[in-house]
Amino acid sequence: MIRLISPRRLKELGILGMNRRNVGFIGKYNPRRNYRLVDDKLLTKEAAIKNNIPVPELYAVIEAQHQIAAATEALAAHEAFVIKPVQGSGGKGILVIVGREGDQFRKSSGTLISAEEVRRHLSNTLAGLYSLGGRNDRAMVEAMIQFDPYLEKYSYEGVPDIRVIAFKGVPVMAMMRCATHASDGKANLHQGAVGVGIDIATGKSVRAVQHGHLVTTHPDTGANFDELQLPYWDRILDLGSRCVEMTGLGYLGVDIVLDKTRGPVLLELNARPGLAIQVANMAGLRHRLATAEKIAAETDDHDMKIALARQHFGVHT
Amino acid sequence: MASKTQIAFIAGTLFLLGVGLTLYKAFSLGFPLVPGEYREVWTIESKVSFTPSKDQPVQVDLTLPAPLAGWVLLEEHFASSGFGFTVAEEANRRKARWTRQSMEESTTLYYKLQAYQPSSQELPDMPATLQDKPLLENDQATAMERLIGKLREQSADIDTFVALLVTEFNEESQDLDAQFLLGTFEETPEAVMLAVLAHAGIPAHQIKGIRLEDGRRRQTLSSLLEFHNGDRWVVIDPESANIGMPANFFVWQRGSDALLAVAGGSNSTLQFALVSNSLPAKAVIGMEQRAHEYALLDFSIYALPVEQQGVFKGLMLIPVAALVVVIMRLIVGLKTSGTFMPILIALAFLQTQLLTGLVLFVTLVGVGLWIRSFLSHLNLLLVSRISAVIIVVIFMMATTAILSYKFGLDRALTVTFFPTIILSWTIERMSILWEEEGFREVFKQGGGSLLVAVLSFLVMTNRLVEHLTFNFPELTLSLLAVILVLGKYTGYRLSELYRFRDLDKQQ
Repeated sequence: MIRLISPRRLKELGILGMNRRNVGFIGKYNPRRNYRLVDDKLLTKEAAIKNNIPVPELYAVIEAQHQIAAATEALAAHEAFVIKPVQGSGGKGILVIVGREGDQFRKSSGTLISAEEVRRHLSNTLAGLYSLGGRNDRAMVEAMIQFDPYLEKYSYEGVPDIRVIAFKGVPVMAMMRCATHASDGKANLHQGAVGVGIDIATGKSVRAVQHGHLVTTHPDTGANFDELQLPYWDRILDLGSRCVEMTGLGYLGVDIVLDKTRGPVLLELNARPGLAIQVANMAGLRHRLATAEKIAAETDDHDMKIALARQHFGVHT
Repeated sequence: MASKTQIAFIAGTLFLLGVGLTLYKAFSLGFPLVPGEYREVWTIESKVSFTPSKDQPVQVDLTLPAPLAGWVLLEEHFASSGFGFTVAEEANRRKARWTRQSMEESTTLYYKLQAYQPSSQELPDMPATLQDKPLLENDQATAMERLIGKLREQSADIDTFVALLVTEFNEESQDLDAQFLLGTFEETPEAVMLAVLAHAGIPAHQIKGIRLEDGRRRQTLSSLLEFHNGDRWVVIDPESANIGMPANFFVWQRGSDALLAVAGGSNSTLQFALVSNSLPAKAVIGMEQRAHEYALLDFSIYALPVEQQGVFKGLMLIPVAALVVVIMRLIVGLKTSGTFMPILIALAFLQTQLLTGLVLFVTLVGVGLWIRSFLSHLNLLLVSRISAVIIVVIFMMATTAILSYKFGLDRALTVTFFPTIILSWTIERMSILWEEEGFREVFKQGGGSLLVAVLSFLVMTNRLVEHLTFNFPELTLSLLAVILVLGKYTGYRLSELYRFRDLDKQQ
């Protein structure tokens, strides 16, 4: 017999379900017209730069199939880079090249691929294979993040990224996603990445979960999650809530990576952030969202909102 | 909150409107709520075509059917643009008359009727009068006498005489005299038979009508023979020599006269297009009695031509399937590949039947995925790759159809009902999913789609659902209301009870 949790218990825990998220939050607080800023990563980047929010450096934008050959040539100038569909969704179609081996490119997983395969990836991206609704798309090439050495031991073959959910400018919940061998270097929780719940008050880890089970150490690197304390925590929270102001989207998922030299860098925004963050934190969003609503009603001040959030959502006291 | 009350108001109104209209139709107009006995209602579309003669007034007379043998006419409709049109009673026969001063081009006139046969009845008695004897040439008269003499010798009474006569005119080894008569008369066999009966002194005439076959587009008029055996009238089929009125024969006219007379034209033909439709018996009676009394019935699907009724029969099922999709996605939380792909698959299942459909679908997608994995090595642009998949899918369908035909598996021939483009997109999506997320996700989404398709199929083929959607299309309003309300459902999905099952542990 499949073990289920009762809907009443879910409600007690304050777990946010997909239907409520869609109707009650995304539908209500995220106006359609503002989606473009989030779904189009180039627009996001542009707006972020305007707002002094650090983003990875843009190397190139490829808009048409005939530009692919020349663009691939030009990439020779960069040792490492990341190719993304401009309107990609769910992390699809992201190709991370970490280095070279003669004519070949080394992916983050260590596999070598030929220039031909890079061109095919670009071609598929332009054709809209990875994009929302299969529309024709553009591809962008960005600098690869040199991630903070402190986090190196928490990830296997991939960049650990930090997801902050911000509601009306109040950071509500956060997690770090660590790729594992099982997740094939991808930061998707349902594929076996470890989700680490992060305490809003301190930036320390709350708990770590893989495949729905608590873990204390990274399955591949053996690093202990209990000791994790994210550096630059103030700046991460600040960046998260500033993105809400920048986009005009009330309910927002902000993906942040920590760069070796620049600190927190905005990777991308998500107008429909997933629910897995609740699994990583082993906590529900609904109560926190209700509190955040009150905080937002109380004050309009950016710093005040963050301060109140840290006070209310702290787990380590 | 405001949008919630708005939804509640709209949904409530729609729901009550749908249910209210349904109850009104059920209790006030006598439409049956549950499927009961069904009747075959035939739509017969008669087409009169002719080439007008130059500069001559045109007059087309068509004898209209006089319902006999238990047939009941439900509705008649004439189409005759540019013609003067009258229906006149003439010697107990209704005739439609189209007239026009002059015409240039060949034209077609339409007369459409709906009829059904609640019970098969005997033809009423009528006085026996001998038909006119046609004038004969000498050699024809000799042949006629010889034939009649031979038949009399072989037969015991009038019944057997006529039966022998019919057989004589139909057998491979025709009697020489019969052959001669057929050859020199230049008439239909029925007319020759009538001539023979006239000379033999047996009262007889033709019964003109239509042999009903569903879906026939160019059926022509058929004739039966009716003769008087001294005691009563007997109907005999001039082809099979069977006695009695054949099943599914629509009686148009009892008598040998021509149905169609065209003055001022030539090459006139009379053809019929036939469609049959199963309708609940009570509804048919309602239609017959009240077709013109109630506006509601005039604006129901029944007011449409039967062919369109058939189309709507299918269309009205789609909202039900959509409801299944909504429930499975919003309340159960199943993942499907493409929101409404399951409905299209279910519609294909309606044609192929469930088991055949499932086997065909899984085979096509499976082989398609295999071929697609080869295509992915060729590094094609997306559009041409999908086009290639479409062509591959069509070839696979053709192969399946040919193989199944050769092996006598007729069921598998229905493979053509699968929507090619949808199938190709499914294969494309599944193969991407396989590359990106692995086989598990393909299995999950493919399985989810198939499960929803099968459920939709089961709901759509349910007799009660079929009956309700077709006879009470206003129920779709209530269904719309339910879907609107479900669109505001913010509770947990069944799948989330599984997804978040471990959240309880550590507290």
